[in-house]
Amino acid sequence: MAATTMFGASIKRREDPRLITGEANFLEDIRLPGMLHAAILRSAHAHARIRAIRTTKAAKAPGVVGVFTGKDFADLNPLPCAWQAGGVKNNVNTPRVLEIDRVTFTGAGIAVVVADDPYAAEDALALIEVDYEPLPVVVDPEEAIRPGAPQLHENAPNNICMDWSCGDREATEKALRAADVVIRQRLINQRLIPTPIEARGAVAQYFPTTGEYTVWMTSQAPHVMRLLMAAFVFGIPETKIRVISPQIGGAFGSKIYLYPEYCLVAALAKKVGRPVKWLETRKENYVATTHGRDHITDLEVGARADGTVVALKVKTLANLGGILSTIAPGIPTTLYGRMLSGAYRIPNISCNVVGVYTNTGMVDAYRGAGRPEATYVVERAMDLVAHKTGLDPAEVRRRNFIPPEAFPYDPVGILAGLRYDSGDYDRALTRALQMAGYEAFRREQAQARRQGRYLGVGLSTYVEICGVAPSAWIGLPGQGWGAGLWESANVRVHLTGKVVVTTGSQSHGQGHETTLAQLAADELGVPVDDVIVQHSDTLGTPFGYGTYGSRSAAVGGVAVHMSLQKIKEKARRLAAHLLEAAVDDVVFEGGRAYVRGAPDRAKTIQELALAASVGYNLPAGMEPFFDETSYYDPPNCTFPFGAHVCIVEVDPDTGWVKILRYIAVDDVGRVINPLIVDGQVQGGIAQGVAQALWEGAVYDRNGQLLTATMMDYAVPKAGFFPRFELDRTVTPSPTNPLGVKGAGETGTIASPAAVVNAVMDALAPLGVTHLDMPLTPRRIWQAIHGRKEAAR
Amino acid sequence: MKVTITTNGVTASHDVEPRLLLVHYLREILGLTGTHIGCDTASCGACTVHLNGLAVKSCNVLAVQADGGTILTVEGLARDGQLHPIQEAFWEEHGLQCGFCTPGMMMTALQILQRHPDPSEEQIRHGLEGNLCRCTGYQHIVNAVRAAARKMAAQAGGR
Amino acid sequence: MIPAAFDYAAPKTVDEALRLLRRHRDARLMAGGQSLLSLMKLRAATPKMVVDLGRIRGLAYIKETAGTLLIGAMTTHEQIASSALVWKRARALAEAAEQIGDIQVRNRGTIGGSLAHADPAADYPAAFLALEGMAVVRGPGRQRTIPADGFFTGLFATALKPGEILTEVRIPLKPAIIGSAYRKMKHPASGFAIVGAAAVLRAGAKGQGPQVRLAFTGAAAHAFRARAVEAALAGQAMTEAAVKAAMERATEGVEMLEDLAADAAYRAHLVRVFGARALLAAGAG
Repeated sequence: MAATTMFGASIKRREDPRLITGEANFLEDIRLPGMLHAAILRSAHAHARIRAIRTTKAAKAPGVVGVFTGKDFADLNPLPCAWQAGGVKNNVNTPRVLEIDRVTFTGAGIAVVVADDPYAAEDALALIEVDYEPLPVVVDPEEAIRPGAPQLHENAPNNICMDWSCGDREATEKALRAADVVIRQRLINQRLIPTPIEARGAVAQYFPTTGEYTVWMTSQAPHVMRLLMAAFVFGIPETKIRVISPQIGGAFGSKIYLYPEYCLVAALAKKVGRPVKWLETRKENYVATTHGRDHITDLEVGARADGTVVALKVKTLANLGGILSTIAPGIPTTLYGRMLSGAYRIPNISCNVVGVYTNTGMVDAYRGAGRPEATYVVERAMDLVAHKTGLDPAEVRRRNFIPPEAFPYDPVGILAGLRYDSGDYDRALTRALQMAGYEAFRREQAQARRQGRYLGVGLSTYVEICGVAPSAWIGLPGQGWGAGLWESANVRVHLTGKVVVTTGSQSHGQGHETTLAQLAADELGVPVDDVIVQHSDTLGTPFGYGTYGSRSAAVGGVAVHMSLQKIKEKARRLAAHLLEAAVDDVVFEGGRAYVRGAPDRAKTIQELALAASVGYNLPAGMEPFFDETSYYDPPNCTFPFGAHVCIVEVDPDTGWVKILRYIAVDDVGRVINPLIVDGQVQGGIAQGVAQALWEGAVYDRNGQLLTATMMDYAVPKAGFFPRFELDRTVTPSPTNPLGVKGAGETGTIASPAAVVNAVMDALAPLGVTHLDMPLTPRRIWQAIHGRKEAAR
Repeated sequence: MKVTITTNGVTASHDVEPRLLLVHYLREILGLTGTHIGCDTASCGACTVHLNGLAVKSCNVLAVQADGGTILTVEGLARDGQLHPIQEAFWEEHGLQCGFCTPGMMMTALQILQRHPDPSEEQIRHGLEGNLCRCTGYQHIVNAVRAAARKMAAQAGGR
Repeated sequence: MIPAAFDYAAPKTVDEALRLLRRHRDARLMAGGQSLLSLMKLRAATPKMVVDLGRIRGLAYIKETAGTLLIGAMTTHEQIASSALVWKRARALAEAAEQIGDIQVRNRGTIGGSLAHADPAADYPAAFLALEGMAVVRGPGRQRTIPADGFFTGLFATALKPGEILTEVRIPLKPAIIGSAYRKMKHPASGFAIVGAAAVLRAGAKGQGPQVRLAFTGAAAHAFRARAVEAALAGQAMTEAAVKAAMERATEGVEMLEDLAADAAYRAHLVRVFGARALLAAGAG
């Protein structure tokens, strides 16, 4: 790479001025002339037949333009499931724009009011009468697969959506039999609600003359949305739909998917002949937007007496909800089972995942998506081994780490051909333990225990798979992904020397407009303020698969880098022509092309852009203008890693957990903007700690969500956290020319295990070895007092 | 009902339904869309504005309750093209990611700083408990409020 | 989420408000509106008429006269939490106010609104009971006062009758309050009390130890006083041993609430823990 100045600089974000002044246009801020407002009636039952929906009264209410039910959209196909992993092909059940005759979770859309204003629309909802025939409900995946359980879908006997395995079961069982110690533990990774502070929404406009739609939607993947809507739901050419993601107020995975409402709003715009807007309420967001996690796992881990792990066997029930979201089956399979080796050389691994339909909301990727669940299993297993063998958890980890010389590392084939790219796991752990003052803490802990105080320290030395891409890998038979996963970028240098980067990826808080501009400023040698980054509109940006899986820098960023290289090369050839030098003698560096050995014979990038634009004097065969598009499909994923250390104190009187310190040493490869990466890590830690201690979606036996508002579901507040202490190690990824790995999910992946391990360490003197998340005061107090949690 | 409200220094009268929420008055009638809506339960604080000098959740106040009152929204923070020190500090300290909670967060920060010109970390974190941010983990927000306090103290000292 | 339509009146005087209540039997009073508007947005409350007390002048004050602390019903949580007088005279009330909701809610919410709403997990009721406060009420008949003891009658239910308005909260300052405190386990999402405990110690008769008052919120259908504990501790020094022993009787005769945050057994335990903490803090002055 060229010598850089912006790469690695903590510059202020370029998207911020519009956000701190209120000028930014979020979905809710979009208004079109003549726009109507939609409100959706949602199923009050978790499982029911819909006998009839009477809309007459609602249709007559003041301000109402129309009331529609699923029957009005029977011509539209059900939504597609785009990642049919784990062999779900025959068991796919996906939402319709509005459900017609049956619902399988509370909150499924069944009717819609379109009115002059949102107030009138909401008033009219109450006037719609629905005749339900309630059906038996099952919300617990273990109950759902038992004989005699209520059946949700005809094509999924015993409610099993998929039954998927990886690893070598026979060898693993044999190794477990031969192990010195075997620990069996059931782990529940509870259901979470992503909760971006901006809920979802859509605005659609239909142009009857051309049959074209423009749809604004809260999406992390506008190009994919357009493809799925057009090709699968509407059955029209992709070119008839333009999708725009405006400013997006957080997503965390929950805005990756094609949702019924986005299609509904577009269909409504056509039906009523006016633009239609729908804004999700928070309650709708909690019942009808996807949830995350929700695994029940039985793990068996075998180790030698010296702490060397010899086998890991995992059986997981993954609750996928009442109906499948867009990429749901891929999360507990490819992104979970394949990462169960963690940061360790485990010679025998076996994983079986059964995906289950229950009468609950849809479950799909939520920040980390599969990898937090895998990390939790592996990192809890390491602590259980430490506890059983009497070894220090840090020592057990060190004895099992994949050593730096073992990269690229193939985790006994479970990654289906991929290998961990690079890592130095002990370096991160050593640094984190040093920051924590681990040895001194152990002494302090011993002393505190003598005083009846319960301090604990927990480690999580995670590895994750990011930059999710290689099309040839994700497209392997059995992976079930129905497309590629490359990214694209276009770079243009205008006549004025200003640079426009357009990317197919999508920014919803990550700061692409800053970091991608940093790449361009370095390579072209222009001021960063001369670069603008455009994204999130299918009109005018090249196709991209979107932003998730910490892939925007490692895949999308590399596509930008490639286009920049092409422009530099063209600039060099143009300069050679203008300077009357041989192309091989011209160097492009620091924003100028000059003749080697004669630095004064030079043209600036601005001069070259002008020359290329006007086209008066170009070398033979050269097209005018600097305009280069690239498609990047990496050879491998990237594998960030790190070590997190959490220190807690548990109040035995109340069960309250106080986090005293949280230390994170992450290795995300090379870092484009450290301030932005710090922000990503901190936000991720907060979400992961919240899973460990506070958050959890709870359904009652009737399939009603009990945590359906922010008064019930504990999104953490500023006062819940100490200052996080961060550091980094830098192990460049050999996978891509930028050496970046991805930083968006590390915190969420690492932290739940660190916190739970810390609390279990604190409670060790009381004989408590495992509790499930969230570690609420109630749960901890009950464990301390040996009481069983009363059945709800 | 007729209400007369002075928003960011501009007084206007409108006929409104009693049930019109203040946040909808600001967003839909005045077109001041910088104030956002993030929940139904007055939990998230994205809609925070100042009513008569007090930070309030504008989704939990009726427009008619604000009749005769004075409102400050995020659009009124910058003066004469100069960002408010709180805005500068949020920018410099990377106190925002998606930016959706940011206007409300800054309005609460303003109230905290009005009451505690040199706030402790604890005062800031306690003070922000009515504003949820899902992106940042709050650390850079806390840094931003502290930085804003320094800027405002310097400005006051320089006057 | 939008409230159902309603008629609205903003009287300028209590008398005018009382007339409106007489005329509109189904009217709902709104003070700060922090609870009511949330309920209306979820359409859990759909009043046909809302009478807003926010325009009545002279209902927000904190003053001390003749051995009584007088607090106007429209005094906000923020005004109470930042009142040096309340901190000095009735610390438990200030501590309760300080722990309600958040800045924005405290800026709007009022003591009268909170008490009249009688949310079982609200913070004030415990302090109001332990401080042996009185609610001054105006209605169709004569002004009357309701002692805290008889004020809370059930889940979201009080001794206020239809057509009545709570106008003032009185806290007797005699016998002298030696110490008082409010301690709470906060619900991580709502900020309400999973359990809140208020303890008040007053000077006892000559040669006797202090009077003890202890009340809880969040634990049962409405806030309640733990009389058995009060009796056991009357006149005693607040030692940890004495307090803990007395706490065993804190939930006598009271049915504990059950929800996701706490089942009955855990809640009863929290009552004992936070009751002891409040008493010891009050005892420390």
